[in-house]
Amino acid sequence: MRHRLPLVAGSIIVAAATIIAVIAPLLVPHDPFAQNLSARFIPPAWMQGGSRDHLLGTDQLGRDYLSRLILGTRISMMIGFSTVLVSGFIGTTLGLLGGYFGGWVDRVVMFVVSCRLAIPLILVALTVVSIVGSSLLVVMLTLGLLLWERFAVVSRSATQQVAGLDYIAAAWAAGCSRPWIILREILPNIAHHLVVIATIEMAIAILLEAALSFLGLGVPPPLPSWGLMIAEAKDYMFFKPWVIEIPGLALLILVLGINLLGDGLRDALGARSER
Amino acid sequence: MVRYLLRSLLLAGLVCLTVLVISFTLTRFGGNLAINLAGPDASAESIAKIEHQLGLDRPLPVQFVDWGDRALHGDLGDSFLFHESVAHLIETHLPVTLTLGLLAIGIAIAVALPLGILAALNEGTVIDVAIGMLTLAGQAIPSFWLGLMLIIWFGVDLGWLPISGVDDWTGYIMPAFVLAFVAIPVMLRLTRGGMVDALRADYVRTARAKGLSRISIVLKHALRNAAMPIVAVSAVQLGFILGGSVVTEVVFNVRGLGYLAWASIQKGDFPVIQAVVLLFALLFVGLTLLADLLNAALDPRLRTA
Repeated sequence: MRHRLPLVAGSIIVAAATIIAVIAPLLVPHDPFAQNLSARFIPPAWMQGGSRDHLLGTDQLGRDYLSRLILGTRISMMIGFSTVLVSGFIGTTLGLLGGYFGGWVDRVVMFVVSCRLAIPLILVALTVVSIVGSSLLVVMLTLGLLLWERFAVVSRSATQQVAGLDYIAAAWAAGCSRPWIILREILPNIAHHLVVIATIEMAIAILLEAALSFLGLGVPPPLPSWGLMIAEAKDYMFFKPWVIEIPGLALLILVLGINLLGDGLRDALGARSER
Repeated sequence: MVRYLLRSLLLAGLVCLTVLVISFTLTRFGGNLAINLAGPDASAESIAKIEHQLGLDRPLPVQFVDWGDRALHGDLGDSFLFHESVAHLIETHLPVTLTLGLLAIGIAIAVALPLGILAALNEGTVIDVAIGMLTLAGQAIPSFWLGLMLIIWFGVDLGWLPISGVDDWTGYIMPAFVLAFVAIPVMLRLTRGGMVDALRADYVRTARAKGLSRISIVLKHALRNAAMPIVAVSAVQLGFILGGSVVTEVVFNVRGLGYLAWASIQKGDFPVIQAVVLLFALLFVGLTLLADLLNAALDPRLRTA
């Protein structure tokens, strides 16, 4: 039971965040974009001067912090899922090809992975966003196109292990085509590794989006990305530390939940993972 | 061995060349530099004139070969923004980032090694689980947020450390610690895993049977065998730390390469951007090569192969 705890805790956090993200517009107590300059920096309800109307207080423009945090969950989860979809597709394709065919195909795949690893991630992401223009979609695609190397490395080595097994030889002898073998025989048998990598990638993507938005080249204002909330509140943090504590803790809890889920899944599914 | 070395060097060179082509193409697609320089109200005519002066109206391959030819002679071009040569900008900003990176990897090793060994020696106990939870939590903390919180606690509330810049050595403490935080979980997991495997190995059982002291077994026998991947990974992690220094340098207002790149990206100052991206790629590829060679040097089995 004890080793199930990470899986349970992680699942609860990720499930809660997913539900909040999906029904965010129904949950927000106020309009997350509505400014009220006469109600700036109301502290959270549990602090002196707080009000029950704004449970987590208001920001420098008088916007309800809880409402912005809830809508921010949606942004983080969208980034996480889209990155996993795009990077998972690219990386797994490369890994399957390299692992199954070997030879020069494998050498090309490994070369592409080496190039990707040599590229300074944050700098290139910042450059791309500054050139294309910052929007949620651009950040989603940029991260997806940059974060596939772990998928490629793991699916490649997992494919190499599976490809030598008897049932693959049997499928080949039975006259199955190569695409069939790769998609129907190999892919399902390496899927448990990919699920674990997906959680790692999702956590990294969410942290990266926050960092890009914090640097001013991620999700544009007035969208309530948690990283952007921290950036906008930074000038006031010495006097009102909660303005950066709240979105920072939200990020920490969500990413911790995803990591717990990944660790739990890895143990439960018997997958390996290189972090 | 020589063949292996030559092959690695050739591959490393190809990787760097590819990264250069990518960053060169990418930055040329920006096209906002001439507009930035000309100002917001400039006519299309004056923008075209500036583009011509900078040679930006030539075909991309011509620009690339021209840049490459100059770069081989040590001329990386001039920054449009800072009105200085890129080489000089790098010369003044690189030492700061290198100092930060080396300090950070030192801190990471100093934290991860003992904790990893401690967890392995107490495998499955409360200590092991607690260290595992700390690792997970450390991995979940956004580094820029950690930096801001440290600034509030140690910089303002306690007043112990400077909150911005690196005017003296105390300025390096907080940024180096934040950078180390990224590498600590990876290295800790690796140390623990390597030690757990090593402690189960036959030679450790033999050492134990011979009645050697626990400290001697752990440090001389187990750690020596677990150390190889740790050394290799710390070189690679240093590469990641350097490439990721931009966020921390901006948070702490440290004028290193990362900060320089960030300022240049915002203004589309591409001679600086492509030089810094290339430099980080070179550093990363060099460190990865170093890791391979260290592996070969530490492991006699690889040396003869």
